Amino acid sequence: MDFNLFWSSLGPLLLGAIKGTIPLALASFALGLVLALLVAMMRISANKLANGVGRFYVSIIRGTPLLVQLFVIFYGLPAIGVKIDPWPSAIIAFSLNVGGYAAEVIRAAILSVPQGQWEAGHMIGMSRNQTLLRIILPQAARVSVPPLSNTFISLVKDTSLASLILVTEMFRVAQQVAAFSQEFMLLYLEAALIYWVICLALSTAQTRLEKRLDRYVAH
Amino acid sequence: MSPTEPVLQVRNLSKSFGTNTVLRGIDLDVPRGKVVALIGPSGSGKTTILRSLNGLEMPDAGSVTVGARGTNGEGGPVDVESQLPSLTLDFETKVSPKEVAALRDRSAMVFQHYNLFPHMSVLQNVVEGPVRVQKRPRAEVVAEAEALLARVGLLEKRDAYPFELSGGQQQRVGIVRALALKPQLLLFDEPTSALDPELVDDVLAVIKELADDGWTMVIVTHELAFARQTADEVVFMDGGVVVERGPASQVLREPKEERTQQFVRRLLHEI
Repeated sequence: MDFNLFWSSLGPLLLGAIKGTIPLALASFALGLVLALLVAMMRISANKLANGVGRFYVSIIRGTPLLVQLFVIFYGLPAIGVKIDPWPSAIIAFSLNVGGYAAEVIRAAILSVPQGQWEAGHMIGMSRNQTLLRIILPQAARVSVPPLSNTFISLVKDTSLASLILVTEMFRVAQQVAAFSQEFMLLYLEAALIYWVICLALSTAQTRLEKRLDRYVAH
Repeated sequence: MSPTEPVLQVRNLSKSFGTNTVLRGIDLDVPRGKVVALIGPSGSGKTTILRSLNGLEMPDAGSVTVGARGTNGEGGPVDVESQLPSLTLDFETKVSPKEVAALRDRSAMVFQHYNLFPHMSVLQNVVEGPVRVQKRPRAEVVAEAEALLARVGLLEKRDAYPFELSGGQQQRVGIVRALALKPQLLLFDEPTSALDPELVDDVLAVIKELADDGWTMVIVTHELAFARQTADEVVFMDGGVVVERGPASQVLREPKEERTQQFVRRLLHEI
């Protein structure tokens, strides 16, 4: 293996991570969480239509491959006149995907908070939304951190799929350097190493966040 | 408004859960500064009444009226800057969320299982409602909250989380949280049922003190000795109806109705 190539390609790969992989993952996760919260609220609402729509959405997202979702948005939609650039296509696809998975996590987390907490919120005069934001979600956050962290870590790795719709993220940079140098093993291992380091950092952050949110629970 | 005019007037309150009728036309009057204890076997409907008074349960029929607040010093410990007008909720018609909110402005509840907010400190638990909902100045609310916590012997716990407190301490915080809302009506739902026996007395002492201060209260309880000492009136319920009501000493010592006699005898035997 050509270790000079390892060092010389590290810069471009890291740049691909900083300019591609990480912002793509962060933006998609943030949008996906907002969507997930909305869908979770639809799923726990008494409104049958809202509940049905939420259920259908979750079912579609979880029942189809992410790559297919990505291709439908980028390669499929132009057939009906909707042409979206690679970056927005990737963000839309990943957000929709995170939204579907995280909705179920958030729904379960909200339902895990005892009914008495809603009642105490109402008792002190809070509206449903105030109770949700001030009382329920902070408690739901604690139980949802581990599964949501899983979703986020998966997402970081899944962003490599965006290379297939021409988004210049880290894996696409690795592919380009590999094609040029013919050092496939080296470049793909190097990309794998960087993904692994990013995910290690995220795992550490997850542990710290869990500890922080655990401070009000008896051990 | 005279001090004896009812703060709370319940008329013909009815409620069913599916085919199960839990309240069958309940009437209840609570004069200002008086304490009414609701007693009766499980499933008799007493907790449902209490929850209806805080909008946590929606009755199918009947009405609830909470009288206008008295002015300073008039039969009650609450210093009132803003006068809340009298409020009537008629459950024959659809009650709006705004009306439910208005009802909650006037009453505060202490729960059987405390229901403190576990992610907030003791002080945050107490000031959350007055600051976030009533929009009162934080400094003023904190000062009042600290005075109330000191009164129940928990000022040094102001920064503790609920899990760090005993059940009795948590329930005293629950009481302070209700008081901080400055309600016209305090509602207690079996406030000592979830406590270890040795912790019950501290909580009951606090409630007794509030009664002596002139708070208007409705208390659902199984503590007959406490009801006898504290309540002005005892209402015995069974099967969703009021079976007997009267002064505490009469209903608990010399009940007229056979069902009340059986219930009182059984509870006293348990003790």
